[in-house]
Amino acid sequence: MTISNSNSPLARREALANRLEQLTRMIEIRSVEDRIQKLFAEGHVRGSTHLASGQEAVSVGIARSIDPDDIVTCTYRGHGHALALGVTPAGVIGEICGRVIGCAGGLGGSMHLVEPEVGLLPTAAIIGAGLPIACGAAMAARARGKDRIAVSIFGDGSANIGAFHEALNFAAIRKLPVVFVCENNLYGEYTRIQLSTPVEDIAIRATSYNMPGVIVDGQDADKVAEAMAAAVARARRGEGPTLIEMKTYRYSGHSRSDPATYRPAGELDAWLKRDPIDIFASRLIEEGVLAAGGLEPLKAETREAVERATAEVLESPAPDLGEILSHIGAHSAGGDQRWNFWSR
Amino acid sequence: MAKIWIRQAVLRALDDAMSDDPSVIVMGEDIAAAGGPFKVTEGLLAAHGPERVIDTPISEMAFMGAAVGAAVCGLKPVVEMMFIEFIGVALDQLTTQAATMRYLSRGKLTTPLVVRASAGAGQGFGCQHSQMLDHWFRGTPGLKVAVTSNARTTYGLLRSAIEDPDPVVILEPRILYAEREEYEFDKSYRIPLGKAEIARPGSDATLVTCGAMRRVALAAAEASSANIEVIDLLTLWPWDRKTVMESVARTGRLVTLEEAPPGSGWGGEVAATIATEAFGSLKAPPHRITLPEAPVPYSGVLEARFLPSPAYVAEQVSALVSTNKPPLPWWRKAA
Ligand SMILES: Cc1ncc(C[n+]2csc(CCOP(=O)(O)OP(=O)(O)O)c2C)c(N)n1
Ligand SMILES: [Mg+2]
Repeated sequence: MTISNSNSPLARREALANRLEQLTRMIEIRSVEDRIQKLFAEGHVRGSTHLASGQEAVSVGIARSIDPDDIVTCTYRGHGHALALGVTPAGVIGEICGRVIGCAGGLGGSMHLVEPEVGLLPTAAIIGAGLPIACGAAMAARARGKDRIAVSIFGDGSANIGAFHEALNFAAIRKLPVVFVCENNLYGEYTRIQLSTPVEDIAIRATSYNMPGVIVDGQDADKVAEAMAAAVARARRGEGPTLIEMKTYRYSGHSRSDPATYRPAGELDAWLKRDPIDIFASRLIEEGVLAAGGLEPLKAETREAVERATAEVLESPAPDLGEILSHIGAHSAGGDQRWNFWSR
Repeated sequence: MAKIWIRQAVLRALDDAMSDDPSVIVMGEDIAAAGGPFKVTEGLLAAHGPERVIDTPISEMAFMGAAVGAAVCGLKPVVEMMFIEFIGVALDQLTTQAATMRYLSRGKLTTPLVVRASAGAGQGFGCQHSQMLDHWFRGTPGLKVAVTSNARTTYGLLRSAIEDPDPVVILEPRILYAEREEYEFDKSYRIPLGKAEIARPGSDATLVTCGAMRRVALAAAEASSANIEVIDLLTLWPWDRKTVMESVARTGRLVTLEEAPPGSGWGGEVAATIATEAFGSLKAPPHRITLPEAPVPYSGVLEARFLPSPAYVAEQVSALVSTNKPPLPWWRKAA
């Protein structure tokens, strides 16, 4: 059994130093997304969900390149990032099913995953919200004399909102230790990037804010990690922010109600040929880390683990009604549970 | 009579307004080519073309502000905010710019624009996609705010809003879009802004509500032993004092039913006005039924408790009618 099955987000995060764990985590993300889709059909999920199948290399590439006490902000398309950062499958699936076992206790849902232990602030459902927040996290790190950094993950469509430009400018003039990661999956909702954005590469926008703008093959976890390592090092040296654009693709529609009919024929198939899990598995076979033919058994094992997590979730109760009025303010029921980011 | 989806009432109102007035344009995210995230603008692009039915980038500040500029200079923009929360990133353009245009120009410059947005809870969209937020706008002189509650009020309010000379925010309870209802469209039908309607006559208490709570109030009135008059306020600002005042003069009791936390709900304004100006006709203190002062929870069990149910509303109103004392809300009883 792999460490991925640990109940500790921190242990799961630290396990990502291992090559096989990196692959397993990518498979886990895919399996969780597949299971969530099924849970939706089974009536266990309310509202909407935004799956990230196809974007697993970005999540794992980022998570293995930063420390658990670095801070991460990201969006509603955050299941993969949460899992990569260390949140357990039961924590993610449980949240999406609105159960106590969920990482936000069932109060947040699919768009709001959180785990301070591994640096994940609540994922935001408003476009652009996370970028300025990452700037502030970086300011706090510097003020506390820590060489920690903040990472903000957002989509290509989010590069057209004011907060993107304001945050990049703000981070640049203050040389804040932030890595801005744009997951360019070619679409914002039902709109192809060319129809909403006059440049093909979001990375070019770094120029206006005098920071490096880097374009990365987002389907290759090692390339993601390599670019992240450089940006993280620059940030930790106090040289300021970087904008990294990950070229990637979401296999499913924008949300559960979207059949993605706006995509040109053949586009999905072309991307499936560069599947991030396959690319990484082949590399591990070359490296001798994974036996030839080892991918399928690993997938089966991981799916089983996700199935066990799902069973655990479905046994977990809905939150107590008292939770409705808990944690509104420091004096609300539930008590003040403030996380100390600087204790480690 | 034909059965229609309530969302079709939005579409018909927009389509008819665009046909009647060439200065009406519609802007928003994925509203043109994709027909709208909630399918309320399906077919508009084909009917009116890309200069009038405009897909925007994810740039609410830009298209809200563009609506202000376009309105000042002669167009009648209707802007869609997919979820009302999204206007948070564009609020300046509406509440600070559009709302002061007429005032600052001594009446020479006006902003006849409409912001329509899906709003409200009940579907498990979580705390950042489930609020009404009417108080963001009611607190701003220069803006009007209305809430739709069925196919007819959707059509009637939207047409009036588009014809209004000032900026209007129309909140559309998202939970109603996919409901089906009997309704025959009438192109000339309008609901004047500022006018409430009596949805159900009654004699024991006046239950004032709006939006998705209208049907909750009506179901509560059916279930209650008390004879409850239900008023759908329709426009939250400026609100129809006359209709409410006359009703309270007949029933002697006022209850407001709001899909909002108490601290910011419109019911506070209605209750204060009635308590001040119709004190003599009251047999009991005004009573407000609201949400608890808390974000909207995701989990289905919690969200069901969070929103007032017909049974809860019936119980609250009946208690007021039988004792002439306002009952405690459920969360204070439990504590
Ligand atoms: C301010 C704001 N406007 C609009 C939305 C609705 N919305 C949610 S996701 C989305 C598309 C975002 O596209 P992109 O940034 O490319 O991210 P992706 O979904 O592709 O990961 C939109 C428009 C929102 N959540 N917040
Ligand atoms: Mg995108």
